[in-house]
Parts: sequence; C-alpha cells; structure tokens
Amino acid sequence: MSAHDPNLPAQAEQEPIADPGLEPHQWRPTDVDPKAEKRAERQVAALFGLSALSAIGFVVAYFAIDGGTENPTRFGYLGAQNIALGVLLGLALLLIGIGIIQWARKLMGDQEIVEMRHPAASSEEDREATLAALAQGLEESGIGRRPLVRNSLLGAVGMLALPSVVLLRDLGKIDIPALARTIWAPGMRLVRDVVGTPIKASDLEVGDLVNGLPEALFPTPENGYPAEEAHGSKLQVNKSKTAIVIVRMEPDEIIPGPGREDWSVDGILCYSKICTHVGCPISLYERTTHHLLCPCHQSTFDLGDSARVVFGPAARPLPQLPLDVDEEGYLIARSDFTEPVGPSYWERG
Amino acid sequence: MRLLNRSAGRLSRHRRGKVAGLVLLLLGLVLSGSLYAALSPATAENTDTTAAEVEKGRELFLVGCAFCHGENGEGVSTLNGNQIGPSLVGVGAAAVDFQVGTGRMPMSQPGAQAPRKDVVYNQEEIDQLAAFVASLGPGPAIPTEADYSTADLTEEEREAAIVRGGQIFLTNCTACHNFDGSGGAMPRGGYAPTIRGVDAKHIYEAMLTGPQQMPNFANGNITPEMKRDVIAYLEATEEQPSYGGFGLGALGPVSEGMFAWLLGIGSLVGFAIWIAAHTTRSKKEKVEA
Repeated sequence: MSAHDPNLPAQAEQEPIADPGLEPHQWRPTDVDPKAEKRAERQVAALFGLSALSAIGFVVAYFAIDGGTENPTRFGYLGAQNIALGVLLGLALLLIGIGIIQWARKLMGDQEIVEMRHPAASSEEDREATLAALAQGLEESGIGRRPLVRNSLLGAVGMLALPSVVLLRDLGKIDIPALARTIWAPGMRLVRDVVGTPIKASDLEVGDLVNGLPEALFPTPENGYPAEEAHGSKLQVNKSKTAIVIVRMEPDEIIPGPGREDWSVDGILCYSKICTHVGCPISLYERTTHHLLCPCHQSTFDLGDSARVVFGPAARPLPQLPLDVDEEGYLIARSDFTEPVGPSYWERG
Repeated sequence: MRLLNRSAGRLSRHRRGKVAGLVLLLLGLVLSGSLYAALSPATAENTDTTAAEVEKGRELFLVGCAFCHGENGEGVSTLNGNQIGPSLVGVGAAAVDFQVGTGRMPMSQPGAQAPRKDVVYNQEEIDQLAAFVASLGPGPAIPTEADYSTADLTEEEREAAIVRGGQIFLTNCTACHNFDGSGGAMPRGGYAPTIRGVDAKHIYEAMLTGPQQMPNFANGNITPEMKRDVIAYLEATEEQPSYGGFGLGALGPVSEGMFAWLLGIGSLVGFAIWIAAHTTRSKKEKVEA
C-alpha cells in the first residue's frame, strides 16, 4: 500500500518514469475520404439488403421446394428444402451480423477514449440516510417488540406449504403390490419380441441371445390370452415390466444362485431386461464373458452368476425368471419373477 | 413311317407327326448322355476337391492359424486360464469365411478388439481354410446367395421385408450397433463395428456365428427369412437419402456437439480474431470541418 492518501490527485505523485501518453490517432480511410465513407455506407446497406433477400428466399424455399414425407426433392443425398432453409436462414442472420461489424469498423467512431475510475459505492450521506430509513421502518413496525405478530406471521407463511404437499396426493395412488408383480404366470410361454413366436429350447445354440416377451402380450384365439392386457397403455406398462433376455451358455459355466439350481434349461437362462438402476432396457450382451451392459450408466451384470452386478451404479442383480419346458419343448415360465423388476423404490426396503 | 405304324391303327402317336418317335428317342439318348456327362464326373470331382481342399486348408492353417488356435484347432490356453485363441471345433465354415473374409483373422496382435482390416487370403484360400475348419466338427456352413440375397423379391415382398427387418433390427441389433448401424462402444476397450457397407454375406454370417463377443442369432433364434429381412432393411437404410442433413455417423449429441463446438464456435473465434487484427489505417490526417 502506498503511504499517500488515495484521494489525492495522481499528478501530485512523482512518477519514476514519465507517462508516455497516447500515440497520435491514426485515421481510417473512411474518416478522411468522403468517397470511402460513401462506399462503406453502401457496403453496409448492401449486406443488410442481402440479409432481407435471404429471409424472403427462406419463405420462397419453404413454399416452392417439396419437403414432404413422400419422395421430397433431393440435393445429392440430402433434402433440398432442408438445405435451402438452413442456408438462407443462416445467411439472413449472418449478413446482419457482418453488416453491423462492417458498420462498426468503417463508420462508427474508433478514437481511443480514456475513462477515469470512480469509487463504486454510493456517497456516505446516501448510505447513512438509507440505513436510518430502514431502522426507522423496523422501529415503527415493531417487529422486534411484538413477538406475537411476528410469530403468527411466520406460522401463517409456514402453513402455506401444507396445501401444496396435500395436492401432491392427486398425482395418483401408488399401488405397491402391483409394482412387485408382472403378468408372467406359471406355464406362460416365452416368445420372441416383435414377431411373437414361441421359442423351442432345442433351437437355441450356445451363445444365443433372444430378446423376449410373455406370450400374453401376443394374444390369439389359439393361445386364449385376454386382448385387453395387450392393448393401449396396459400393453406399454406390461411390456416395460415383462421384457426379458434369454441367453444360452455352456451349463458348466453357470454358477447357480442358492435355490436357483433348476431355474435354467440346458444352459438357457432368462432375466428381466429392465436395469435395476433406473430402468433402461438392456441387451448389450457379450457371449464370451456373459456380461450384460446397460448403455445408460454402464451397470454390468454377470448373467452366468445370477446377474450379479460386476460394475456400475445398479444396486441389485437383475431378477431371474425360472424356466421350464412344456411338453412340446417350448420354453415356459415356472412362475412370475420372485422379486420386483426394474429400479428400486422406498417401499421395497 | 406309315408302313412301320400300320399295325398301330389309329393310335394317338399318328397325330404327332411322322418323326416324333425318332426325335423323342434321340432326345432321350442325348439327355441321358449329357446328364451323365454333367453329373457323374462332377460329383467325383467335388469329393476330390473337398478332400484336397481340406488338406490344403490344413496346410494353410498350420502356417497362419495354429499358433493361437492349436494344430488341430483345439484352442490354446495360457497357464492362468486365459485363452490365446479359442477352440475352432464346431464353429463351422461360416465363421471362417466371416473372420478371414473380413480380414479380422489372422489378428495382427491380441487385444480387446479384432478390427476389420485388409483381407490376407484370397477367396480360394479362405474356402480351403473353411473346408478344413468345417471338417473339425459340425457347424454352420457358408450361406449361399439364395439365403441372403434380396434381389429376387418382388417390390411388395421387399417392402414387407424392410418393415419386418427393421423391427427385428431395432429389437436385437441396435443396442450395440446403433439404430443406424454405425456401431458403438463396448466394455473394456472393445467396440461393436459399423455394419454399414458390409457385404450381405458377412452380415448373414455374423448373425449366424456370433463373431468375438457378439451373441449368436442362430437359425433357431432368428430364422433365415428374418435374417434376410434384416439385410433388406440395412440395404434400404443405405439407399435412404438423409433428408435432414448430414448424419454425422448417427452418433447423436456426440458428433453433433463436437461439430458445433469445434467448427461452429471455432470459426466464430477465428472470425473475431480476424476482425480485431485487421483494420485499415490511413496515413492522412482528418481535416476538421
């Protein structure tokens, strides 16, 4: 810190090196030549004019070029309308920007300006007056002297939180038991996703991966499943809960979990496809390591070892579906999942 | 002729013309002769070729593959149980045709990924290697063009195949290979390769045999017809123009964000620097009005 009073003017100090000051200003051609100035003015106006033309061109392209879903006009491998709209809108914006920059560089004043620094705080008198007014207001309201008024106000404001909390209840009743069960039932066939064909155990080879669903989501008169479970929002809910992955590996590579010794059929295992972390569907499967990787947060499950979590944020293994085969050799579920599928929730404990 | 056929009375043969019987006889002789010529030596040649192919394949195998896969394709393990090369018993000719035909085998070095590279063997040698490996144990054969070709589909059948194939692709393949088939990252340094621009035969073989970490989609899992549908879908996506603009590998925010940050913001910064660096100055003094 300098020993001098900071409020003293700077000239009073003896500087070791003289202030060199500013170099003489060099003028631009547009400052000294009226012709150059006119030319720059025309350039800026032309840029703005081109921008306006581009905007009009955008509207023309929108109506003139066929951008529909049925065989739209193409420009090489790209959609012609999309390119025209993008380029013209981009030009309309860019030309305004370039025009303003040209205007600033050629025509607006560009002389160096010195601006002195001033203290940022308000003056001493203003600050005192403000504090005095605040203190007077507090004194007159008597908020310090009247605890009854103050506390009842705090109470009233606090109570305002209650209505919003109660209203949350309208979001819907949580059916906890429904979270824990799916439409998988004893004897229900496993079918391929999308095509809905049942899966013969003998058709699968070691290393196979099948993305599957329960047969109840593909109701036909033959299988006799009710159509309403496979329709509309119910279909979506059921799909999200019952999706499975079926894999086949060498039986001696399976480490069966306690009580799960007979849940596989000839090395065929079935697990819920819904990640136990936040519920993404998983089917990135490595046949050599039996690892199933969730693409969302890299949770990795070892399907040869009861879908144990080997990496990532998932807290629980994937629920396993106990398997059996029916008399025709098709894979069936022995029961529903024995634990809730998907992400954890409070009531699950 | 009429003399010869007098005893035949009004048999239908009369109405076929005078030389019909002779022509038929000649035709029968020529046909059986040429059939014999075409078929019987050919079968003999085929068995010869197969035996010779297996032998030639074995010679190639001993030179190029046995170091990792063992002299009889039994696989080689290290002392701590890691595999240098897996057993090839039962992988079938299709696996060899895929692995060698896409240049993945022979691997240049062991690692997380067997990348596609220039093919080392010519098709004849690949067939010989495939014949040898197929002789080790039963496995999927090399698919024929009838399995994977979509050329003989009618326009209507092709449309249906593309729709079905799209659903099957989106259910079974996109998790690793991306919805556009451009591939994606896998654990421990591996990746699922792009399947754009890959031969239909190799796509079919990959589904059939499950190369490297990829699971199988054997014929009991995805039927040959469904496999062909997937190929029809992939062919359709490659022909599909990208109406919305450049796809940038269909990698979503990764490539689009990179483009915006590097090219978009980069060019703005460059433009700003250029503006600040270039201002023409005049040597003249301004004359105050």
